[in-house]
Amino acid sequence: MIDFFITPFADYVFMQRALAGCLALSLGATPVGVFLLLRRMSLTGDAMSHAILPGAALGYLAFGLSLGAMTVGGIVAGLVVAFSSGLVSRASVLKEDASLAAFYLLSLALGVLIVSLRGRNLDLLHVLFGSVLALDNASLLLITSIATLTLFGLALLFRPLVLECFDPAFLRSVGRLSPIAHYGFLLLVVLNLVAGFHALGTLMAVGIMVLPAAAARLWARNLAPLLLLAVLFAFFSSLAGLLLSYHTDVPAGPAIVLACGIVYFASLLAAPGGLLTGHLPVRHHLES
Amino acid sequence: MVKFMSSFRFLFLLFLLLTAFTAQAEQEKLEIVTSFSILADFAEKVGGDRVNVRSLIGPDEDAHNYQQRPSDARKVAEAQLIVTNGLGFDDWLIRLTRTARCQKRLTVVGQDIRALNLPKAISHRKEHPRDHDEADIDPHAWQDVANARRYVAAIANALIVIDPAGAETYHANAERYDHLLQELDLDIRAAVQALPKSRRKVVSAHAAFGYFERAYGIRFLSPVGVAGEAEPSAKSVARLINQIRELGIPAIFMENAADPRLLERIAAESGAKIGGTLYSDALTSKDGPAPDYISMMRHNLDALTKALAE
Repeated sequence: MIDFFITPFADYVFMQRALAGCLALSLGATPVGVFLLLRRMSLTGDAMSHAILPGAALGYLAFGLSLGAMTVGGIVAGLVVAFSSGLVSRASVLKEDASLAAFYLLSLALGVLIVSLRGRNLDLLHVLFGSVLALDNASLLLITSIATLTLFGLALLFRPLVLECFDPAFLRSVGRLSPIAHYGFLLLVVLNLVAGFHALGTLMAVGIMVLPAAAARLWARNLAPLLLLAVLFAFFSSLAGLLLSYHTDVPAGPAIVLACGIVYFASLLAAPGGLLTGHLPVRHHLES
Repeated sequence: MVKFMSSFRFLFLLFLLLTAFTAQAEQEKLEIVTSFSILADFAEKVGGDRVNVRSLIGPDEDAHNYQQRPSDARKVAEAQLIVTNGLGFDDWLIRLTRTARCQKRLTVVGQDIRALNLPKAISHRKEHPRDHDEADIDPHAWQDVANARRYVAAIANALIVIDPAGAETYHANAERYDHLLQELDLDIRAAVQALPKSRRKVVSAHAAFGYFERAYGIRFLSPVGVAGEAEPSAKSVARLINQIRELGIPAIFMENAADPRLLERIAAESGAKIGGTLYSDALTSKDGPAPDYISMMRHNLDALTKALAE
């Protein structure tokens, strides 16, 4: 038992670091993922992974193959895309999905163009994205800082954010916090995504953001349990994925995301909000 | 006017003009196209002033993930000699030559080399699925200087066939360069012999040094499943760390394409040193550490001996 569960982490520092990274990601990215889910923006993660290309490309043109420069460039590009699409969705008839799609595609095309200007055949995104087994001190520090920032940010923005998710018109009528909540949230999304890409690669970063949130949504009816359950799902899936990768020689990132997927499928079948039991049960207000 | 045109003088002037043009044509350089920068270097050394060499894959470019450009076909059509490595390295260029119907001008320098297979644990096809028609042959034959000398001889022969007028020049250039290569070979052997036997092993991110290993005796371990584009598994990383610890491997070398952060992790945990960069598939630009083949080999040798000496 101990051999199976504890020894891999006890024996190898890189496993400990991987687990620490996953914990940070579960605490930072997964709650953001819950809100993305509630706002029907779950595909933002994947779109953003393409949207950051021009920023990374400009960073590469200016500073060469410097991961720091490319990550900062990626964050800037991600913010520009996120904020622009937020602006468009608030000010026009287009909703978030359409505005984000438009901007990220333009961003991607621009990025490919910029990369080709240099004339070299370099897969920038491949260079930019890390792996959970390769977390160096800088990357680990980055994701834990972002996780801390996210937790504080979400705590601060909690009420306006929740209102924004469920009744944005009401929020706009009772106060001026609506844009702060909206853009503040997008900021957290971009930070978590880019930090996640840089440290762990696209698959893991987006996977841990979206899958545990989706699985938890099938169980929980209130927001606090939803957040807690999502974080727990994320962390234990990471643990399971790392152990799977260690014992059966499968790549680590995909293993973790697949573990999240298994939780998701189990939830689909077993949870009150899932396939078998139909809609969430309505709570009776009056007990007779 | 008619009188002039029918005169002997006119014909003589015409003859002079024609010879002037043909003389100019003879002074034009021979167009050579090579697949990658190392072959271009050899071609330049042998051809000297008589040739204009263009390499389709330039310095610092990744030969294994090369995307063909439309201008490649044009360059191939314009070339009088096309030099490729063979051994599965640049089949795309061999195919392009066939499509452009320029086979007569094709030289495959690697075809008479005693080829090495890649270590069984690494399927090169997984890493580079596009350019391998043959099963798992290691194409990096130039890492053994003896093969480099064979390459140079093959290029010289091809040039002599295409341009017999320059045969003397090509012979002289090839011989001169061959002496330099011989010197290089001896230097490498001496340097490796100077290293303690127990320290003659390294980990390298790219399975590119098989021929070097066979010729000079430094063992290159390629991390199974850790190099290449696929994401590594925790098991393979752990296995590599164990291997480095057990075998007492002193140094890890990174190639530009590998994930440096992963190798740093492995080095930190296993106690090996990060040895720097080894150049295997491409030369660097003119101001880099490996602008030509001999500099490249000497840079690699330097990096290896520095890391393994203590």
